[in-house]
Amino acid sequence: MDDLLSEFLTETNENLSVLDVELVRLEQNPNNPELLSNIFRLVHTIKGTCGFLGLPRLEKVAHASENVLGKFRDGELTITPEAVSLILQALDTIKSLLAVLEATEAEPPGDDLPLIGRLNDCAEGKLGGGGAPAAKPAPATEPPPAPAVAAAEEPVVASSGNVTLDELEALWNATPGPTSTALAPVTPDPAEEPAPSQDLVVPEPEPAPAAAKVPAPVEGGSSGGGAGGGDGGAKESAVAAQTIRVNVDLLENLMTMVSELVLTRNQLLQILRSQKESEFAAPLQRLNHVTSELQEGVMKTRMQPIGNAWAKLPRLVRDLAHELGKKIDLQMLGADTELDRQVLELIKDPLTHMVRNSADHGLEIPADRLRTGKSETGRITLNAYHEGGHIIIEIQDDGKGLAIDKIKQKAIQNGMATESELAAMSDQQIIQYIMKPGFSTAVKVTNVSGRGVGMDVVKTNIEKIGGTIEIKSTQGKGSTFVIKIPLTLAIVSALIVECAGERFAIPQISVVELVRAAADSEHTIERLKGTPVLRLRNRLLPLVSLQELLRLDDQEGKVKRDDDETFIVVTQVGTYTFGIMVDRVFDTEEIVVKPVAPILRHIEMFSGNTILGDGSVIMILDPNGIASATGEMTMGENVTKEATSVQAARQEDKMALLLFRAGEGAPKAVPLSLVARLEDVDLSSVEASNGMPVVQYRGKLMPLVPIDPGFMMGQEGRQPVLVFADGDRSMGLIVDEIVDIVEERLVVQLTAERPGLMGSAIIAGKATDVIDAGFFLTQAYKDWFGSSSSEAFEEEKSQRVLLVDDSPFFRNLLTPLLSVAGYDVTAVENANEALALCEAGEDFDVIVSDIEMPGMSGFDFAEAVRHGSRWSGIPMVALSSHASPRDLDRGRQAGFTDYVAKFDRDALLYTLQQTLSEQKGAA
Amino acid sequence: MSNAKLPTTTTKKAKGDEIVSGGNQDYVTMTIADQMFGIPVLQVQDVLGHQRITRIPLAPPEVAGSLNLRGRIVTAIDVRLRLGLSARPKDKPGMSIVVDLRGELYSLMVDSVGEVLSLSNDDFERNPATLDPRWREVSTGIYRLNGQLMVVLDVPRLLNFTNMEAA
Repeated sequence: MDDLLSEFLTETNENLSVLDVELVRLEQNPNNPELLSNIFRLVHTIKGTCGFLGLPRLEKVAHASENVLGKFRDGELTITPEAVSLILQALDTIKSLLAVLEATEAEPPGDDLPLIGRLNDCAEGKLGGGGAPAAKPAPATEPPPAPAVAAAEEPVVASSGNVTLDELEALWNATPGPTSTALAPVTPDPAEEPAPSQDLVVPEPEPAPAAAKVPAPVEGGSSGGGAGGGDGGAKESAVAAQTIRVNVDLLENLMTMVSELVLTRNQLLQILRSQKESEFAAPLQRLNHVTSELQEGVMKTRMQPIGNAWAKLPRLVRDLAHELGKKIDLQMLGADTELDRQVLELIKDPLTHMVRNSADHGLEIPADRLRTGKSETGRITLNAYHEGGHIIIEIQDDGKGLAIDKIKQKAIQNGMATESELAAMSDQQIIQYIMKPGFSTAVKVTNVSGRGVGMDVVKTNIEKIGGTIEIKSTQGKGSTFVIKIPLTLAIVSALIVECAGERFAIPQISVVELVRAAADSEHTIERLKGTPVLRLRNRLLPLVSLQELLRLDDQEGKVKRDDDETFIVVTQVGTYTFGIMVDRVFDTEEIVVKPVAPILRHIEMFSGNTILGDGSVIMILDPNGIASATGEMTMGENVTKEATSVQAARQEDKMALLLFRAGEGAPKAVPLSLVARLEDVDLSSVEASNGMPVVQYRGKLMPLVPIDPGFMMGQEGRQPVLVFADGDRSMGLIVDEIVDIVEERLVVQLTAERPGLMGSAIIAGKATDVIDAGFFLTQAYKDWFGSSSSEAFEEEKSQRVLLVDDSPFFRNLLTPLLSVAGYDVTAVENANEALALCEAGEDFDVIVSDIEMPGMSGFDFAEAVRHGSRWSGIPMVALSSHASPRDLDRGRQAGFTDYVAKFDRDALLYTLQQTLSEQKGAA
Repeated sequence: MSNAKLPTTTTKKAKGDEIVSGGNQDYVTMTIADQMFGIPVLQVQDVLGHQRITRIPLAPPEVAGSLNLRGRIVTAIDVRLRLGLSARPKDKPGMSIVVDLRGELYSLMVDSVGEVLSLSNDDFERNPATLDPRWREVSTGIYRLNGQLMVVLDVPRLLNFTNMEAA
């Protein structure tokens, strides 16, 4: 029989028996909406699956019942016993239809019009009082199912009971040590075997039923199915009898117990190893085998074909194709590859999401495909196979591939990276951005995808089960996602290593190879500015010292030199390969991963802990965590990123600066993050408008401003232009030549007298003028910041300012501006980060905060600061583009000391000065 | 010291630190740096002698490591460090009290574990306001005993490390 059909039968039979009970309960408590919606859902599921499998007769009956239930639910009909019995009748009809379906694999011919007619009447509120009980159209009535179930279940229990007895006996026979004495009566007289084996079950009631249930699903239909099929009356549940539904908790429990058994076995073996001659050796060996087999058997009960997770995909893709107007062919290879059901559950949603992504973002519409010379129908291929201890799942599409440019653009837009950072990255690294929270490249949010939650969730889910995800993409050719996940989670094989006297376990699945490095070996550790590396087959392998990483102090106090013998565990995480330096390598051991205590969860280096064969506790290293802690950009770098996002914005930190030449004098520089783009403008396309040179740029007019007011623009040729943009406004700054991008600490040493210059700084070893982008912006748009006039400010040295603004543009603009005015500026992008700084014990003299911010607004932030934080006494200045008297009032109420219009930087500086001197006066 | 009163009136004990006036409470006593401490007896799972402990790198300093207690992994907390005292001298082995907090086992390392005392609530008193804030944070109050004072430790607060880092 078709798998799908048999699954449907099993499921529907189950649902029907639940329905019987629930309907009766409903009749008794007609006002229980929960009950009703559960019933509705069950009937709806039956209807839905019937429709899906192409069973029109069943579907019609279910549909008519659903209508009636819908009316109940919406309160349009009152629940009467007549109506309930009508629905029960409909269920009986469904049951009888299912019985025929199971026997013949087809629906019986004919229809159920009288019943449907009455259901429809009922739905319309005209239930014939007398007709209901009389005409029962169901060919099979209630009684048959009951004996059928009994008849079918019996043989199964009996047969698996037999299996269990044999197994138990085998196990008992294999059990070493004192227990074998319990079997003393068996050994002398093997002829009596059946009897003692029965006896064995009696004192051990627990394992017997547990074991009895487990082998049944594995066995498929061999004995149980045969017995059930032989019984003529057992038509209905013959399918159900082939498998037993076992509570997942029971399997989990069994698995845990087997895990413990494996551990105990390991401990015993460990003891045995230390004793040369032992009478336990032989029985222990047997226990070892049996345990391994038991472990395998229990593992098998948890295995399910991956096709189960894929079953819903064809339908999903079909619907998507319709909705999006695409033609999509879904190919599924290796659907029978088995993996642990726990893993399966966890990857189901990520897989669905990724297929959806491929269909929505990856594949083009037919017209576009034809234009690029591809066939009209796009293809999505799912491929699953085993490789070592892993399952590899590939999701491949032949669409347009990932648009690197769009990803870059989006990353900048969302403030995840700056242009210069991106410029330094390989395509492979840029692609990783799609797995960051809050990232979505889809232009519009469809109901399919584009909501910005997605790939990051996929990645988290996969990493949660110790898997990795890799993306390969070729522009125009398509993209491939490769998911690598461990076969099972419960028991993993781990390599035990030692470092500074402590032992650690490294999951074997991420270990590629082991290399011994010593003075006398062909491999030696070399250092690049202190960073250890290893030459391995013509490649340079980055090394991580476990001792340094975990800050282990050597107990003997000796300093380890690179010449000393060191073992390198070559580890692979995704596409990143690195070596972990350890002192010693022991053997591998099967370990059961146990989660660490909650107070230790924040340590990313460990994925768990376990108890080794010798009874000691050992920490399990997490290669993902190590990779991210050692600063590999491509992998989840949450730790480092988080640490830097708070600190990195400190103005004394390095900053990317764009160096260029314009006009006379020293080279000029501007913070690169202020520059939106670099463009080459064709001078012949420059037009004049409002007495100002403008150029058409991206469908808008962009004013061009020269740095040197006396600059005469040529008529022909090309001129480099720095484009500054904020929102939908942009302006071009005309320069002569773009020189370089450098990362330097920006320390403005001389404040400039000339407008447009912030001051001079040493950049790349040369005195460089740092230009004040704000000045030129007001040249282009007078209202960009309000009017500006240069004024000398009294310097307030080392006053610390905390700047909270969500716009990277303003942060970058105000940070240099304020630091020039003598403030020590720390900029953060939202209120939460600011509060985190408060928690972290930072102190400031004044806080400048934007009002309109995503998440916590400026008002909320002020209230949070004023009420009970350490900062409650620090003056706060609000920055906002709205500066109506009402806003001012609200700001004061929330706790702001003063209120400044966002574009009025002079007012801001003045206010800061005032506020701080007032503060000083008060103190 | 001996305890004259028997736990006669306290038939039902409120869990945790709820103290009903007039009743009796049972405490497991222990000594840390010559100071007596007590933990409600119902919260105590086990008392252990010296154990082999696996160090946990990068863990907070108060976390001494983890140990295997009959197949369960227990996190060991050095109560001396948690209370802001100096570390125990290496030559003294020390003892541990195992407590359960939300399904996780923790082993509290102390200098020595004493007897179980049933104490009258009349002798109970709130923490003096001048007590070291670190102690005040983890203690629910003080019992006046003959010749000495006993500090009642609040296990959940003792194991709450997050507040400490900010302080």
